[in-house]
Amino acid sequence: MTENAVPLPKTIQQEQEPDYALRELSRLEKLIGAEWYRLIRGVFTNPLSVAGLILVMIFVLMAAFAPILAPPVEGAFDPYLIPRDGYSPEPKPPGTIWNLNPPPVPGWYQTLTGRDYWVHLFGTTSGQFDIYYGIVWGARTALFVGILITTVTVTIGMIVGAISAYYGGWLDDLLMRGTEIFMAFPFLLAALTLSAILVPLFGRGIWPATIALIAFGWMTYARLIRGEILSARERDYVLAARVVGAKDSRTLVRHIVPNAIYPILVLASMRIGDAVLSFATLSFLGVGTDIGYADWGQIVSFARDWILSLDTHWYIIVFPGIALLLFGLGWNLIGDALRDILDPRMRGSRG
Amino acid sequence: MSAYIIRRLLQLPVTIFGVSILIFLMLQLLSPVERSALYVQSIPHNDAAIDGLIAKYGLDDPVHMQYWRWLVGKKDIVTGEWEGGVLRGDLGYSRTGRQSVVDLIKQRLPATVELALWSFIPIVGGGILLGVVAAIYHNQFGDQAIRVFATLGWSFPTFVFGLLLLLIFYAKLQWFPPGRLSDPMRIVVSSPEFTRYTHMNTFDGLLNLRLDVFWDALRHLVLPIATVSYVVWARMLRVTRSSMLETMGQDYITTARSKGLAEKRVMYSHAFRNALIPVLTIGGLMVVSLLNGVVVAEVIFNYPGMGSAFARAAGSLDALAVLGFVLFSGVILVVVNLVVDVLYAYADPRIRLH
Repeated sequence: MTENAVPLPKTIQQEQEPDYALRELSRLEKLIGAEWYRLIRGVFTNPLSVAGLILVMIFVLMAAFAPILAPPVEGAFDPYLIPRDGYSPEPKPPGTIWNLNPPPVPGWYQTLTGRDYWVHLFGTTSGQFDIYYGIVWGARTALFVGILITTVTVTIGMIVGAISAYYGGWLDDLLMRGTEIFMAFPFLLAALTLSAILVPLFGRGIWPATIALIAFGWMTYARLIRGEILSARERDYVLAARVVGAKDSRTLVRHIVPNAIYPILVLASMRIGDAVLSFATLSFLGVGTDIGYADWGQIVSFARDWILSLDTHWYIIVFPGIALLLFGLGWNLIGDALRDILDPRMRGSRG
Repeated sequence: MSAYIIRRLLQLPVTIFGVSILIFLMLQLLSPVERSALYVQSIPHNDAAIDGLIAKYGLDDPVHMQYWRWLVGKKDIVTGEWEGGVLRGDLGYSRTGRQSVVDLIKQRLPATVELALWSFIPIVGGGILLGVVAAIYHNQFGDQAIRVFATLGWSFPTFVFGLLLLLIFYAKLQWFPPGRLSDPMRIVVSSPEFTRYTHMNTFDGLLNLRLDVFWDALRHLVLPIATVSYVVWARMLRVTRSSMLETMGQDYITTARSKGLAEKRVMYSHAFRNALIPVLTIGGLMVVSLLNGVVVAEVIFNYPGMGSAFARAAGSLDALAVLGFVLFSGVILVVVNLVVDVLYAYADPRIRLH
């Protein structure tokens, strides 16, 4: 545009793509490549996704330092079983002194509160399970389950999608019809059904719900990766690779998959939160972990016995509820930012 | 258009067949003893009788024979009566419900349909309105507020949200009670002069000109509706907003603006109508999250519909009941998706030619 030209009205002015080729590359950018650089820079410069990162970091630290934040009772059989203070059915409010067989008192707790005995920081549920302990160790359960479900579903999805796109023909048809059939069921209801069936086989614990969520969770990834590979296959750089005589397998692994992986990454990061929320829902509905296991959804399920007096027993749902909300929010904020960065339609916009 | 519909209809049996295979495979994870509940209401306790059942209904037979029998049922040699058979509308017996699964579904269905129907009003109205407002005020305060609202809804576990509503509006403020009807109204409803046309209390109340029944039933529905809508909104908002944003970037919008149309006119007669088309595609997805939400909401608010029966059956590991429910909801979803696809093809001619 010359200086004399009348500027276009704002609405029809074309947003200029920044010209990456003319810009000097930073050292990090050279090291990890332009796509990854754009991704990481985007996540760290967007205030919302930084908030998400901080939230996720808090849960990671909580999980890592669980034995210090909430030491298990000495001689405990399994640290994931929440220690209980008696067996009374009436929940106790936050601040009640821990009478029966309390865990060892860590140094940070003494300095912060000035007490050398444990109180129930977040109260207890019916059956006197300590809510604070359950939330701290529940962070481990949540991260483990979330990452496991997401990794396995992404892997299954990538294998199915890649085979489907690569071989095409009747195999593609078969796999895609199969995928549609798995998608024909309402996700949560199907997972609820399968875990109810798996409980007698595996016993109560994290496995029935985890397997059920994996079995009905891989389809979106399969369809996405298939679509990405199909469109990547038509790009010029793939043609270029073919022209110079690269083998099919090399083209797939070196050129197609690395370019198709970004959308999967976004979806996966958003799904870690989703997976944990679904897992918690299954636990809440009674087909997840056993009573007393450090799992947020399972703790909330105690509230079902106190519907009529929830205002006095608010702490049963509020503390684990906040943990679940912040965990889901953290991953979603990161996922949202990644999506905006990667969505080509958003690239030009001010968004 | 009709070619597209026929093509789509021909796919229907294939999908339904796949759905039945998947259900049947899950059924095979059960022991033969549990599977005998497909045919008999109470499973005997002694081994000889159990072995007799397994032999009679061939529960140890090769899988394909069992599948066929599961579909069409088995004819009793002595009495000549048919037993079981999904195609005959027999889904076996629910252990916890102490009745056949089909009866259980029939009995619980009206309450759930009532909840779902009422939920559609805030879901469609509110979801589309908020999405459009967010897009029009793109990156301004209204947009940001709506996005935070949606992200919160997206991250909020449904059951925690429902319990919080219960804590505030029932335990604390005592505005909206859980359940489906209060006791005096329940007596009215079960009295002989009250005709139960639909078994949905709000509509029956209106049809019987009993506004007190209608009002009481609606009061019980408010919290479950709020729970279900909030969850679905979160999903809908995103699609409506980004679809509206994308439409607003199209050339014909620029054309409309440059020929001097009022901004309002551009938004409503050009952008909005075209932006709604992609929203249709998530119709199926909406029904999925509606069903998911309904299960959780019914459990929390003690609302006696299909969802709470489903959850109770799952919690007490009543496999045949949950399989029956999930088969039923799967078939519903397949049909909904078909309708959505046809509507979409009708609204967007480009799809038909694809």
